[in-house]
Amino acid sequence: MPPSDTPTNARPQGGGAGAGGGPLIVFDQVVKRFGDLTVLDHLDFSVDPGERVTLIGPSGSGKTTILRLLMTLEKVTEGVIRVGGEPFSHMPRGGSGGLVPAGESYLRERRKRIGMVFQQFNLFPNMTVRQNVIEAPVHVLGIPKEEANAKAEQLLDLVGLADKVDAHPTQLSGGQQQRVAIARALAMSPEILLLDEVTSALDPELVAGVLDVLREVAESTDITMLCVTHEMGFARDVSHRVLMFDQGQIAEEGTPDQIFGDPQEERTRSFLRSVLDNGV
Amino acid sequence: MDFLIEQLPRYLDGALITVQLTAGGSALAFVLAMVFGILGSMKHWLPRAVATVYVEVFRGIAALVLMFWMAYALPLVSGYKLDDTFAAIVALGINLGAYGAEVVRAAVNAVPKAQVEACVALNMSWFQRTRLVVLPQAWAQMLPTFGNLVIELMKATAVAYLIGVADLTAVAQQIRSATGETVLAFTGALILYYLIAQVLIFGMRLLERRANRKLGRIPPGGTGLLALLRPPSVGTKVGVAK
Repeated sequence: MPPSDTPTNARPQGGGAGAGGGPLIVFDQVVKRFGDLTVLDHLDFSVDPGERVTLIGPSGSGKTTILRLLMTLEKVTEGVIRVGGEPFSHMPRGGSGGLVPAGESYLRERRKRIGMVFQQFNLFPNMTVRQNVIEAPVHVLGIPKEEANAKAEQLLDLVGLADKVDAHPTQLSGGQQQRVAIARALAMSPEILLLDEVTSALDPELVAGVLDVLREVAESTDITMLCVTHEMGFARDVSHRVLMFDQGQIAEEGTPDQIFGDPQEERTRSFLRSVLDNGV
Repeated sequence: MDFLIEQLPRYLDGALITVQLTAGGSALAFVLAMVFGILGSMKHWLPRAVATVYVEVFRGIAALVLMFWMAYALPLVSGYKLDDTFAAIVALGINLGAYGAEVVRAAVNAVPKAQVEACVALNMSWFQRTRLVVLPQAWAQMLPTFGNLVIELMKATAVAYLIGVADLTAVAQQIRSATGETVLAFTGALILYYLIAQVLIFGMRLLERRANRKLGRIPPGGTGLLALLRPPSVGTKVGVAK
């Protein structure tokens, strides 16, 4: 189901005609602690297939941790994350119906559905642009090299870097590197794309190019997006729903129009004021 | 000078043995360093414990004593006599491999965590990310220290004459006792050791330059072949392309 059919003003609550009918991602009472610091505090939320959700909030409010938990870069302290109805952070224990923390092979099976773009790009400097994009499809998914190459060229064309296939990451600007990173993530054909402050490390004049690419991806695919960003204009344009985080919990949620146009919570208002005052 | 030229064929025979010891010892040391270095960088305690035992045991043993043990004690223990050259290669390889393992472990651990996270995000297995991402990046970091170790190993081969290997040092001793020309006999050996070392240094710089180019860095110190005669600049960074 293309996202354009999804009402942009409401999360398609349970009534999604998306794959499986139910929500794609569910956080069920998720707690994440680093030592004494509680980053996520009994968090509940869900994301429907094809939905594009923007997470905003002050730094330290747990937005990035949500993405890292979904990418299995961190483990939940308590609670369960489900993706497509299957437990993701945990796996069923044989027969008993109980859940145990997921093992590596279980995670590898589940992780297929998710891709991530990082704030610092994290391209592989020992590879050319082309290799960055094709290595995982070839080795992880077992796609034939010619096919992977064709797809890589198509994706690099999408991100406007068709002429850079044989360049090294070090020869590219930050914005170009980030666009390669987007192509690299998309080459794995994920259902869910996690975007972790993908423009925060870029010089201001390079931000627009990256955001344009992401707009294009949002419009031309039905990929589910979770996006942590301080780019409020972008959030407003592409997301179906905005979640405002504060101290590990959702302070307020709504459509972009509601959150940016008429925020109800004082915390949301003061956060938006501080972001806009900084001219971001 | 005439003396050295006259003795050159004998010197070259010895030098050939020295080169063989160096090549064999380096090859063994390299394999051991890679295996135990990678084990030492793993998360699970067991491989790390295995690596630690190897490194600590064989770093703490003098290569010469290990060589004596291989040549003289092993036949008594096992009833099997190793070829002297082979015993020397094994002793040197095990000893230098222990140092190399530490180099590999440090280089692997120095690959930024963000690179590993990018691999996880692409759903690579441990083996895939080690082969495709971590080792190629760690490689450039290992090479300068590997270069030092190879030179160390080459010089350490000089003790092999003590277990009867006819290497360059042994030849120098023979020439000295046959001719009485102590100064010239050892000067000839010094020159040849120096030349072998220069070839090794040149080769290692070539490898370093190639590794740096693969990481998209301008080769330090210029691009010409002559640039290889200069030591590379310090502080070249491995890691996130930025």
